[in-house]
Amino acid sequence: MIGLTGLFASVGVDSLFASVGVDSLFASVGVDDRLDEIGEMTPRTHLLVMIGAVVCIGFILRLVRRHGLRSKYALLWLTLAVVVAVLGVFPGVLVAVSRLVGIQYPPATFLAVGVGALILIVIQFSWEISRLEERTRVLAESAALLAAEVERLRASVEDEPQAPGDAPGAVPPDDEPSST
Amino acid sequence: MIIPALNEASTIASVLTTLAGSSPDYDVAVVDDGSTDDTAAIARAHGATVLSLPFNLGIGGALRAGFRYAVAQGYDAAVQLDADGQHDPELIPVLLEQLTAANMAIGSRFADGGADYQVGRTRRIAMRSLELTVRVLTGRRYTDTSSGFRAFDRSVLEYFAQTYPAEYMESVEALVNASYEGFRIVEVPIDMRERAGGTPSTMHLGLAYHYVRVISTLLARVRSRSRVAAPVAPVTGGPR
Repeated sequence: MIGLTGLFASVGVDSLFASVGVDSLFASVGVDDRLDEIGEMTPRTHLLVMIGAVVCIGFILRLVRRHGLRSKYALLWLTLAVVVAVLGVFPGVLVAVSRLVGIQYPPATFLAVGVGALILIVIQFSWEISRLEERTRVLAESAALLAAEVERLRASVEDEPQAPGDAPGAVPPDDEPSST
Repeated sequence: MIIPALNEASTIASVLTTLAGSSPDYDVAVVDDGSTDDTAAIARAHGATVLSLPFNLGIGGALRAGFRYAVAQGYDAAVQLDADGQHDPELIPVLLEQLTAANMAIGSRFADGGADYQVGRTRRIAMRSLELTVRVLTGRRYTDTSSGFRAFDRSVLEYFAQTYPAEYMESVEALVNASYEGFRIVEVPIDMRERAGGTPSTMHLGLAYHYVRVISTLLARVRSRSRVAAPVAPVTGGPR
């Protein structure tokens, strides 16, 4: 969401946000209008991007505090949010970077880098999920083996209630009603 | 005897009864792969050890649990058998006696001497291409790579307890892995009975995907032969 805000902001279609009126919507689509405004933003758009970034950062911090989002992921998303916020507030950065790498249309730079970063993150997540799944499987197998072992031991205890070395006539331990 | 079972309440009793009748000397472990019916209770009532997985792991996970159990209990050999009554318990000794000369014996539906087993055309093409892949990789011809009727000696049990693949059609991957490890594998022709219940899997998109996945996984092995599943921590305890 914040990415989208940042994108619109850097494109400079602030009038999209400024008014939902159909007239201004048409006006904002005008080609000349847009080309002139690449990298330019009105204070209103600046404000929107900043609000978006702040909300996003607040949301992540909340997840960390309340729901135990691991800080390594929190740091990742916070970094991305800060980058987007910086681009929103200083769209000149995006334009400069675009010129540097030879991309004419700054939003394309934003999209390319954004998609690239997200793909890397998702691949990393796939790897991590694979690892977790494998660990879960091993745990499930171990649980089944241990349960079978407990059952076997319980059965053998019930077969021979008196352990060797018990005093003669000692009452066999019966602390556990075997309901299974 | 390792019997992976998922919701086989309708057939498990007759399988275990037949097994107890024909070969009472074998210990039976039924791996209940998160069944929602009475499979576990029925198996337990028939005197089998039941390994109840807390949730469904798929056939690969169920088998690995069985292998780990066999290793932890110190068995020298184990036979895998389907819970749906397709495999004739009378043939268990036939598989086991192969283990004197081999590490692993596979009961094959298609090897010479086995009965005809009809499959659809698309399925046959898929199976053939898989067979070809295995043939290229192992340098040997296996006629029934997906057989669920197999015998393993101690060394293979130990290897599979650590590395048995988890995903669908795991038996093919396992076969190639074991072959690369240098285990001796033989095929034994077997007759298959009609299923006592349940429906056979048909060729659909999901299955086609698995064929592609397995074949590409196998081909990936050509380049890195060391790729094996993450090692499993041994379960402590158990007699012997």
